[in-house]
Amino acid sequence: MSTASVPVARPRRVDARRSALAERLTLLLHSPTFLIGAVIVLFWIVCAIGNTHLTPYDPLATNPLGKLRGPSPQHLLGTDSLGRDELSRVIAGARGILVVAPLATVLGTAVGTALGLVTGYFGGLVDESLMRLVDAFLAVPVVVVGLVALVALGPSTITVILVIGVVFAPIIARTVRAAVLSERDKEYIQAARLRRERTPYILFVELLPNVMGPILVEFTVRLGYAIFTIATLSFLGFGIQPPAPDWGLSIYENYVYITGGYWWPVLFPAIAIASLVVGVNLVSDAISQVLDR
Amino acid sequence: MARFLIRRIAFAVITLWLLSVLVFLGAHVLPGDVGRRILGAFASPRAVANLDRQLGVDKPLPVQYLNWLSGAVRFNFGSSLAYRQPVSSLLGPALLNSLKLAAVAFVIVVPLGVVGGVIAALNRGRPLDRIITVSGLSGTVVPEFVSGIVLILLLGIVIRLFPVTATAPPGSGALTQLYYLILPALPLVLVLFGYIARIARAGMIDALDADYTRTAYLKGLSRRTVIWRHVLRNALLPTIAVIATQTGYLIGGLVVIETIFNYHGIGQLLFTAAQQKDFPLIQATVMVIGVVYLVATLLADITYSLLNPRIRLGGAR
Repeated sequence: MSTASVPVARPRRVDARRSALAERLTLLLHSPTFLIGAVIVLFWIVCAIGNTHLTPYDPLATNPLGKLRGPSPQHLLGTDSLGRDELSRVIAGARGILVVAPLATVLGTAVGTALGLVTGYFGGLVDESLMRLVDAFLAVPVVVVGLVALVALGPSTITVILVIGVVFAPIIARTVRAAVLSERDKEYIQAARLRRERTPYILFVELLPNVMGPILVEFTVRLGYAIFTIATLSFLGFGIQPPAPDWGLSIYENYVYITGGYWWPVLFPAIAIASLVVGVNLVSDAISQVLDR
Repeated sequence: MARFLIRRIAFAVITLWLLSVLVFLGAHVLPGDVGRRILGAFASPRAVANLDRQLGVDKPLPVQYLNWLSGAVRFNFGSSLAYRQPVSSLLGPALLNSLKLAAVAFVIVVPLGVVGGVIAALNRGRPLDRIITVSGLSGTVVPEFVSGIVLILLLGIVIRLFPVTATAPPGSGALTQLYYLILPALPLVLVLFGYIARIARAGMIDALDADYTRTAYLKGLSRRTVIWRHVLRNALLPTIAVIATQTGYLIGGLVVIETIFNYHGIGQLLFTAAQQKDFPLIQATVMVIGVVYLVATLLADITYSLLNPRIRLGGAR
């Protein structure tokens, strides 16, 4: 009897879970906010993957005789202060930011989740002192912390990923900790404790799946801010380094010429950054709305 | 009230001390010799050793930290390597300039954000609500240098409405100075609008759903009276607290805005210090930024508790 009931019960539970997921996905796909955001982000992902296969010219090829030429049939978006084709640079610029920002966010989310789980679950002195440290950290804006750390470490793609990841970790830890606090006294955790499960098991197998929602939302929100921060650091000269066709860097290299009327090498990368962050933001807003239901 | 104040100030001091340790470690423990980093790879070992001794970085770290801290509490942060001046003489004027710019941004954004949030809440669920919320949130994620550049193009170069620099010619009056600060303040306004509108909206919605609001309606008061007398007063309290926490984002934005507009504020000072690897100046500016943030949040907490007698934390009862 019992052997017969088990195989029947199991698929049903999986079905219920799957349909909840399917329901959320349908909700997402019917949200105009999500669709607009996803189309924008997908467009830039295609540019990042296609990279130089999609660009009409080599994004790094300079042309001393064709500097700062306005948009024309040959150069649809004009050329920059070194005579490089702006359209090619805008397309190729997607790759750097779309590799660096997600990696930094994944790093920050992983470290932050671990920190948040531990501090939220154990509480007490460890929690209190870590949160005070986080407070101290958060008293200074992320861009400033990033700037100082990159001066000390020397700017490079790797250090940018590390610095942004480390700076985001305490912010993410806070969110995870808050979610853990509301979960840790629930019955399933007490049951696991009574079963004498080991602590890592409770943390990662019992708690983690139940705080995945807030973590997912936090991840998408942070991804937007990672792009924001990395672009800003690149613009200040402390992020992605030349001659990469990075958007923030392109604006930095060309913005001194805008007072002379040379708007194209600045405006097009600016539109690229703005559209990408807004796209990511629309997606994250839609996800958090669906998960809140 | 006194106990609440003391507790809050004590927390602020502890936070500040932790920040000072973090900043100090950040500048000193990271790999590489300070003198070598400043002088570059081609400097002679002797010059490096000399500079290290001058800066005091050849001593053990705890000694260095105590030296630095005992100077810092007396507002003596040593000498700037790039400007060859005492750091403290650079900080004052820069901070004043930044506060001016921040004040202009706040004066524009706070009423705008609050009104935007209130309108969104009163139209909850309708398209107008979504438009305000989504466009506000989109504004908060666009980096200031991007919106700043676009605004310079639009309002400074295409339509010559504003000057493209933030510093008014020397000797100009307060109004001219204000006029020069409007364009630099706008990107900060864009970034902050979404946050303030969101908090104001959330506060409004809580108050609209509250029992006292229903009671007020049931008493037969008009919608207008209910909203002005009952909803708004309760709704806008949390907004005040949140506005002050936004100073952090604001200062982050100042680094970029002051660089673009060539405005001599604390952000530009930090940027120059970073470019020149001027560590005494970096440490001091970061500490000043931390102090400004903590003072702002402290003031916000005090205002909040004065306005809202229900949460006088740890107060006499």
